Amino acid sequence: MKIPISIPAETFRIRAIDIIVFLIITGVLSMIVYIASQWSGEYDRTIEIDLNPSKIPEYSAQSLTRLFLAYLLSFAFSIWYGYTASRSKIHEKIMIPILDILQSIPVLSFLPGVVLAMISLFPGQRIGIEIACIILIFTGQVWNMTYSFYHSVNTIPKEMIEVVRLYKFNKFSKFLRLDLPFSAIGLIWNSIMSVAGGWFFLMACEMFILEGKDFRLPGLGSYIQTAANAGSIEHIFYGLGTMVFLITVIDIVIWRPLVVWSQKFRMDTVQPEDERESVVLNILTGSVLFKKFGYALNKIISACEKLSYKTMIKTESKAIKNISKFTGVIITIASIILLLWLIIKAFSIVSQVSLEDIWNIISAAFFSLLRTSAAVILALTWTLPVGVYIGMNAKVAKLLQGIIQIIASIPATAVFPVIVLFLIKIGGGLDIGAIFLMLLGVQWYLLFNIIAGASAIPKDLIEISKAYGIKGFKKWKTLILPCIFPYLITGLITAYGGAWNATIVCEYVSFGGDIISTKGLGSLISSSSAEGKFGILLLSTLTMSFMVVAINRLLWKRLFIIAKNKFILD
Amino acid sequence: MEKEIIHEVKGVCKTFQVGKNKELPVLEDINLKIYSGDFLAILGQSGAGKSTLLRVMAGLIKPSCGEVLFKGKPLDKANPKIAVVFQSFALFPWYTVLDNVKIGLVGSGLSEEEIDEKALKAIDLVGLDGFEDAYPRELSGGMRQRVGIARALVVEPELLLMDEPFSTLDVLTADNLRGDILDLWHSGKMPAKAIVLVSHNIEEAVSMASRAIIMSYNPGKIKADIKIDLPYPRDKNSRDFKFMLDKIYTILIKPAEEIHKYISSERYQFLPHAKVGAIAGLIELVHDKEGRVDIYALSTEISMEVDDIFPLIEASVILGFGEIKEGDFILTEKGKSWAEADTLQKKEIFKEAVLQNVQLIRQIMQVVSTIQKHRVSEDFFIDILKNHFTPDEAWNQLETAIDWARYAELFVYDYDSGEIYLEEHERVDR
Repeated sequence: MKIPISIPAETFRIRAIDIIVFLIITGVLSMIVYIASQWSGEYDRTIEIDLNPSKIPEYSAQSLTRLFLAYLLSFAFSIWYGYTASRSKIHEKIMIPILDILQSIPVLSFLPGVVLAMISLFPGQRIGIEIACIILIFTGQVWNMTYSFYHSVNTIPKEMIEVVRLYKFNKFSKFLRLDLPFSAIGLIWNSIMSVAGGWFFLMACEMFILEGKDFRLPGLGSYIQTAANAGSIEHIFYGLGTMVFLITVIDIVIWRPLVVWSQKFRMDTVQPEDERESVVLNILTGSVLFKKFGYALNKIISACEKLSYKTMIKTESKAIKNISKFTGVIITIASIILLLWLIIKAFSIVSQVSLEDIWNIISAAFFSLLRTSAAVILALTWTLPVGVYIGMNAKVAKLLQGIIQIIASIPATAVFPVIVLFLIKIGGGLDIGAIFLMLLGVQWYLLFNIIAGASAIPKDLIEISKAYGIKGFKKWKTLILPCIFPYLITGLITAYGGAWNATIVCEYVSFGGDIISTKGLGSLISSSSAEGKFGILLLSTLTMSFMVVAINRLLWKRLFIIAKNKFILD
Repeated sequence: MEKEIIHEVKGVCKTFQVGKNKELPVLEDINLKIYSGDFLAILGQSGAGKSTLLRVMAGLIKPSCGEVLFKGKPLDKANPKIAVVFQSFALFPWYTVLDNVKIGLVGSGLSEEEIDEKALKAIDLVGLDGFEDAYPRELSGGMRQRVGIARALVVEPELLLMDEPFSTLDVLTADNLRGDILDLWHSGKMPAKAIVLVSHNIEEAVSMASRAIIMSYNPGKIKADIKIDLPYPRDKNSRDFKFMLDKIYTILIKPAEEIHKYISSERYQFLPHAKVGAIAGLIELVHDKEGRVDIYALSTEISMEVDDIFPLIEASVILGFGEIKEGDFILTEKGKSWAEADTLQKKEIFKEAVLQNVQLIRQIMQVVSTIQKHRVSEDFFIDILKNHFTPDEAWNQLETAIDWARYAELFVYDYDSGEIYLEEHERVDR
């Protein structure tokens, strides 16, 4: 949070980097103006996505803005939800299971509700569709950040909280000085994952069919989708290349520096063996403008903090307390009424679903269950040996990690058209092909967790295994598997949830003007959303949510408790 | 003049909810007054609720019953004038030393300059000047705790609470820090008017505190409230220090209903570990020097440490053979006659001196002569001695007593059976 206050006199020279920083600021400002000019005004239903590569920068700018705004929204939501959930036991008991359920709902299930609400709020306006798109991206990336923040806030050491209480910090100071720094590392890692999730569903969010009507917004996702619909491999690669380029740049310019910078928020008190480096961060910290900016930001924050103590005294009056209590009651009543209305609405929607459809949903759920399980098991067969090998060899890890990160960051959905083309050529259907598509999406969760687990195997355990000549299968049984087990379970939970979420885009792919689909819960959700069959949409979403939550509770949670009790030292 | 009561705990109890409908009492009926100038140590075994009591005193935990008064007013939440130093230091790793100390003044409403000034002063006070811009992870454990102390002092607290502040430090670092805190406290530079130290280390408490409360556990209750009025700086090797250590140790391990006698009773006579032969050597040496020597000069002359000679001198004083005046050791008339006597006379004089002056030997004689077979197991006496001394010390005491009594031909010790019996009866038995 704090950037060193003293600035040595010699750094006041203007450097090339300062000019760059200045240019970047100008660039961002002009982009905001451009976006505003694009997004205001009426929504043109006949909007066509131009496949001319010269349009790509424009489209990329719009997609980036959507992702950024969705991310900001996710960040704000995470902190609000995390705080509210940890406020009391009752809040916690209600809000955490809700989070569990929300997390299991695929993006497309939110689509009709969000889009229709926005259309009625902003009839005929482009901004309505834009907001809907941003909210959709938001629903794809917010949940893990929320979990991370909630978890962090609840694992702050007791004595640090006591310090905060002793010195009578107000909520703002506590957030600024303890909660945010303490959760920074987790939040940053989850932000990286969330934004990757945003890219994954970008195509589905920028271009969709609802109640038979086409909706599309100019962006990189819709560009790739349009290219796929036109069957143009050349244009798909233009779009895909741009996406990979952007993801890499964002990684170098934003995430890497943030990860390195966030090392100061580590709780352990020993210096790490190899400090991570970020060239960008080194350059930035040498920039006078950046320093001045940091200094000014610091001043503003501490001024806000000072101010917060002054307003605190005023707001502690009884009248305001009563008003806030009153509004709290009203909000609770309003949300209960809304909830009841929704339930009644849901019943009337569901009542139109025929028995045949219900049977259809159940059998579709079974197919999807087989597919997701197969995808995760397949992913496990290659990630387990490879992940362990990389994790236990520090040199290999250094060499490969960068490459793997880039490959993993390519959103699998963007590659789908190419693969689908290939599948069509070899004559295979989406029946088995969907498994492969899912695999592309979920394998990384497993790989990264396994690498993390394998690299955390205590050195002395490795040495003693060597000393006793434990090798081969026995080494896996006595050393490797027990050590990586907790990480493996974490990876499996995320991968499995991800696989279910991915069914909506893996079982239902549009390519070359056709829609290729196979029987499954995901394709049912996608098609019912497009055709406006809301009863089926609701039921299949509930089914999927139920399956995910049930498997989490019955299988993963139990395994996780075993992992925690048995395989984690201390 | 009546001393000001800074802090008062009145009839406090605390129960924690464990599981459903199950309550675990942690504190029970705690009454405690802390006066200005008190350096109070709270001692107890782990699980005695020491830390809970400290947190109740800080206003961090609400008691289940009773109330806490700070300067006469009820304390219902944390008060900035009560500072806490934590066992784990509880520093914010993302802040520098200076910023960590400034945390104490975040909500104070002072200007940035005033905050800086106060923080720098506190850092100076704990001897960390020059480290203002270091991060906690760059510091050693001892230095980290100094930051913790500076953060506590920066608010100029009237009461300083310390929760096992030295227990995670290595022995030397902890000793050093203890010394520095005592110096601060006695120099008057410490803003606090009273200090409360939670500890499980009796030696730490006896070396620092002016008062100790000892808690029983399950549930935590105050067993004893003891004044520790040894002069500072405290010498850990002094007999008074060791006596206080033994006393608190005894109270700590004994059940509450048994301890009143240790608190009120006169201290049991301590026998210095000195063999009769060595005592006689000393007396004769001093007699040759006109019956008066400077103790320090004597130690250099016979190249022995003062610590080694001191038990001999103490023993001589107990036996009435000599006395200490202005750093000199002077023989009494009795001492002189003992030095001049022949072997048989020596034994007679010694026997008389021992019976007159040594409590333990008198007690043993009494027991052994009243018992029919005139034989008593050593365990009997060890058990008695354990009420007054640590187990090790009890053995030392008995050993010394046996050595002296044997020379005086009062009783004998059978090494094999571990029994003590009267000298004359041995002969009769044969």
